[in-house]
Amino acid sequence: MADSALLNLVLWLPFAGMLALALLPAARAELIRGLSLALMAVQFALVAWLVARFDPAQGLQFATDLPWIPDWGVHYRIGLDGYNVLLVALTAFLGPLVVLGAQRAVTKDLKLFHAMIQGIQFAMLGTFLAQDLFVFYVFWEAMLIPMFLIIGIWGGERRVYATMKFVLYTAFGSILMLAALIYLVWTLNQTTGVRSFAFADLIGLNLPLDAQLWLLAAFGLSFAIKVPMVPLHTWLPDAHVEAPTTGSVILAGVLLKMGTYGFLKLGFPLFPEATRELAPWLMGLSVAGILYGACLALVQDDIKKVIAYSSISHLGYVMIGLLSFELVGIQGAIVQMVSHGLVAGGLFLMVGMIYERCHSRKIADYGGLAKLMPLYSVAFLLLTLASVGLPTTSGFTGEFMALLGAFAAGWKAQAAGDSLMLVYAVLAVLGVVLGALYMLRLAGALLFGAERAPHAPLNDLDGRERAILVAILAAVFWLGLAPGPALELTEGAAREYRAIVLGHAATEGGQ
Amino acid sequence: MITESLLLTIALAPLVGAIIAGLFGRQVGRAGAHTVTILGVAVSTALSLYVLKLIALDGHPDVNLSVYTWFEIGSIKAEVGFLVDPLTAVMMSVVTSVSLMVHIYTIGYMHEDPGYQRFFAYISLFTFSMLMLVMSNNFMQLFFGWEAVGLVSYLLIGFWYKRPTAIFANLKAFLVNRVGDFGFLLGIGLVLAYLGSLDYATVFQKAPELVGQTFNPWGTVEWAVPTLICLLLFVGAMGKSAQVPLHVWLPDSMEGPTPISALIHAATMVTAGIFMVARMSPLYELSEVALSTILVIGSITALFMGFIGIVQNDIKRVVAYSTLSQLGYMTVALGASAYSAAIFHLMTHAFFKALLFLGAGSVIIAMHHEQDLRRMGGLRKYMPITFATAWIGTLALMGFPGTSGFYSKDAILYAVGAADRPGATFAYVCLMIGVAVTAFYSFRMLYLAFHGQERFGHDDHGHGHDDHHGHDDHGHGHGDHKPHETPWVVTLPLILLAIPSLAIGYFTAGPLLFGDFFGSAIHLAEGREPLAAMAEHFGHGPLAFALHGFVTAPVWLALAGAGLATYIYLFNPALADKAKSALAPIHRLLERKYGFDELYQAVFAKGSVLLGRVFWRAGDQTVIDGLMVNGSAALVDRFAHAVRRLQSGFLYHYAFMMILGLIVIVGAFALLK
Repeated sequence: MADSALLNLVLWLPFAGMLALALLPAARAELIRGLSLALMAVQFALVAWLVARFDPAQGLQFATDLPWIPDWGVHYRIGLDGYNVLLVALTAFLGPLVVLGAQRAVTKDLKLFHAMIQGIQFAMLGTFLAQDLFVFYVFWEAMLIPMFLIIGIWGGERRVYATMKFVLYTAFGSILMLAALIYLVWTLNQTTGVRSFAFADLIGLNLPLDAQLWLLAAFGLSFAIKVPMVPLHTWLPDAHVEAPTTGSVILAGVLLKMGTYGFLKLGFPLFPEATRELAPWLMGLSVAGILYGACLALVQDDIKKVIAYSSISHLGYVMIGLLSFELVGIQGAIVQMVSHGLVAGGLFLMVGMIYERCHSRKIADYGGLAKLMPLYSVAFLLLTLASVGLPTTSGFTGEFMALLGAFAAGWKAQAAGDSLMLVYAVLAVLGVVLGALYMLRLAGALLFGAERAPHAPLNDLDGRERAILVAILAAVFWLGLAPGPALELTEGAAREYRAIVLGHAATEGGQ
Repeated sequence: MITESLLLTIALAPLVGAIIAGLFGRQVGRAGAHTVTILGVAVSTALSLYVLKLIALDGHPDVNLSVYTWFEIGSIKAEVGFLVDPLTAVMMSVVTSVSLMVHIYTIGYMHEDPGYQRFFAYISLFTFSMLMLVMSNNFMQLFFGWEAVGLVSYLLIGFWYKRPTAIFANLKAFLVNRVGDFGFLLGIGLVLAYLGSLDYATVFQKAPELVGQTFNPWGTVEWAVPTLICLLLFVGAMGKSAQVPLHVWLPDSMEGPTPISALIHAATMVTAGIFMVARMSPLYELSEVALSTILVIGSITALFMGFIGIVQNDIKRVVAYSTLSQLGYMTVALGASAYSAAIFHLMTHAFFKALLFLGAGSVIIAMHHEQDLRRMGGLRKYMPITFATAWIGTLALMGFPGTSGFYSKDAILYAVGAADRPGATFAYVCLMIGVAVTAFYSFRMLYLAFHGQERFGHDDHGHGHDDHHGHDDHGHGHGDHKPHETPWVVTLPLILLAIPSLAIGYFTAGPLLFGDFFGSAIHLAEGREPLAAMAEHFGHGPLAFALHGFVTAPVWLALAGAGLATYIYLFNPALADKAKSALAPIHRLLERKYGFDELYQAVFAKGSVLLGRVFWRAGDQTVIDGLMVNGSAALVDRFAHAVRRLQSGFLYHYAFMMILGLIVIVGAFALLK
């Protein structure tokens, strides 16, 4: 079978799974769970096979290009490239873990639940794999529906408010993106006569600066909400707190990366001049996000909220990496995306595990878990340390490289007489200190001190939970100890991104 | 031959032990855990000493090799590699041999603790991390080791995790070190930015290029690049080596079990900052400003932390403040460009301070986990070995002629006395007073614990006595309350550490300080000879030098301090109380440790929480959610309400609206035409 067909299989497998699950009788709970897990496992195996065969020296691979709405120039274009390869791998990796994690927690409307997990998996993979703006937009919007339902049906008490906020924010961004998208394609048609939504055609379209600024604002708003960047972040803590564990894991693990991925793949390369123009502002907002998220994480009394606000802080590092326009920073940003998916996803899974036992997420309800649940505590501490960015974990690789990038950019700006970027870089390092403060405070409160937990004594991790955490920790340490192979996969894309975003500057400089 | 596999074995043997004891603790059991970890560290120790022999005696050339590439992007290369030169070899030997002693000692100290295997896993993991730190050939791995030792320190301070004070202390230690790391990372970033490499050899070779370069942060302000780099890196050293004002975590770290106080918070980890600066001597030699700053900070730490040691009543805290003070001495040596003296003192201090800590631990075991000096006294007849070794440690600490501490401390004093950079006079005065202070608090502790009246046994044996926090409180089921000498696993390390505490200075002072022992490992600026003054007197060998010591000021100052302590604590105990009330304000100031803790608590701890709350309440809840999100939702809601009223269901309303609309449209057309 051709590899491109295999990639299509990867994408459409969860869609087929969603339909198949819908046909199963609702009473067969084990069958539903089993099928859902099997689908995810097969998908992961296929992705692993494809990633292993991915050739870093080439760009787009395993691509499919079929006319979809020929009159508008819309093609079904998907493929694996350096931009998405690690994120596709992350999505496929987390898939089975998400299903496993929900084994016990979810009993209500089981069939619909698993269909929705498959559905969102389909939409997320589609968004990453898309090489056509129309396809991208369709998948982008499609992600909203299953997430809406997952929070709305299986969520906590204030789920209606949370979903309202989530939809309001996201829809707001989407409308602007749609408008910008239509304008973009129309302009392409006007200037070149080509009718196409292909990324490849749209990138390199030489728009005047003011048009670029408006378009970047429209795309960027949509992406910034998803990142989320301060001050567009307040949907996130609510969505996380109200979402069931599965929802939180998907949200933190993959969905949040849509924003940064959007910037990396589309937002910045489509509008390079505007990006350079706005980079100091965006950098400022990202650094503000790092510090603001960290400060807020410090004062939360709900475990999930601490991790939610920490996400805002950690994704700020992704943004400064991307905006550094330095190879090491860009690579660091990509690693940080994956790392955050693993670490925050893992932490949310762990919150779910303790919630299933104690039905509380209040930090104050817990203490001394090190004694009550030793294995749980070890895993929690390791993930905490990865979140804090200790060397040998993925968190360090990502954060450190992103910061190196920011510094390199800072020195260059400094040499040119502009200290602002350097100040931002220094402030971003300050986030490392605050990160230790809020995460260790959380871990200290939960794991240490007098033994205290609702419904104690508690059972320590069972085999299923252990398997989930071992998988995540293995990935965390792999990226921490041997990031080389992963970095190799994305290096081509990082170089390309850098060249595109800086490209015009180089030619201008030459003129 | 020093090969890659030899070096890997040295570094990895403790790691293997740690993994076995940590992951399979239940399977291998207690004996299994300590056997495998001790074996691992013993292998490392033996091989480290072998490496030291090759380097120091056999003239083996320095080794610099890379074993693994962590990542490589563009010109930035992050590697794992080893640089073995005399400096590294000394550090490796000190780290592994003290670690080995502590491992053995732990068998006795922790034998009743339920976390036995975990403890061995941690201290072996620490040994591995510390070795990676000192053996590194690049900044990246240095930082890895730096963070890793900090992590293990965090885990071990909080080893008794049920105690709130321990949890507070470990968080504090981690955070203060993170503040240091903040500077350290910026320093590494600067090195990379200006010299384009993270590899020591490349960086040191290109370091002279930095001279004259300036950094212009804003306006017309200009900072010299070498100074900036050195100061930022030194901020990291201040965190790790607990220099004022980042010293606050070290006294609290005494919440951890005593063996790690000896290993991590006295002998090895806290000296990482000293080692780092010595390692970076090619950079530091470029900046007089940085060296002066180091000189001043070190001397403040040396003297003022020593003062606090006088008023402490917890036996471990006395030793902890003494450690702070001695770290100050090493820092001053660095500031005086006497890097070899700093490393020499680091080495002698590692032995005698580990000895004192382990001795204190031995006392604590004998006293059934009582740490208050006021409840001890007269222990010499119950525990003769601990008593004798504690005397040796104390003599070495005060710098009694002939002991190891004498040679190393004198070297520092000579170097500072001869230094002529700004701050040197201040430093010299501080250190000289510090000598007397050191002797005073050391002997005070010695007398309170081992001499005088027995003050234990005849009181309310409740644990309700606490003006301090640290007493190791694992369960204890002894019937008799008489102190007793500790088992051989405890006393053996004491004896083995007492030997170098006494003698290592005598044998190594000459070659380490005056020979070209460190070779290219330590770089001095042209014409700089910090130890020239001492070399004059040392010409006739270590014995003559020790005898000569009796006619020099430091020794008399030390004897004066010791004499005063002898008079007060052996012959006239009432005088201590009188002095206390006469000097009440000063006493209070010292008891409150100059108020650093309160200040930090009020400003940084409360401040950051306050900031978070303000952001949360004002930012997230009021402005963004209240005004923008819920506001727009409310707006939509109100609009919908208004619009809903239009849909009334009455036909004439609709007809009226249609007519109105028509008029508006027609009117608009008319006007626009």
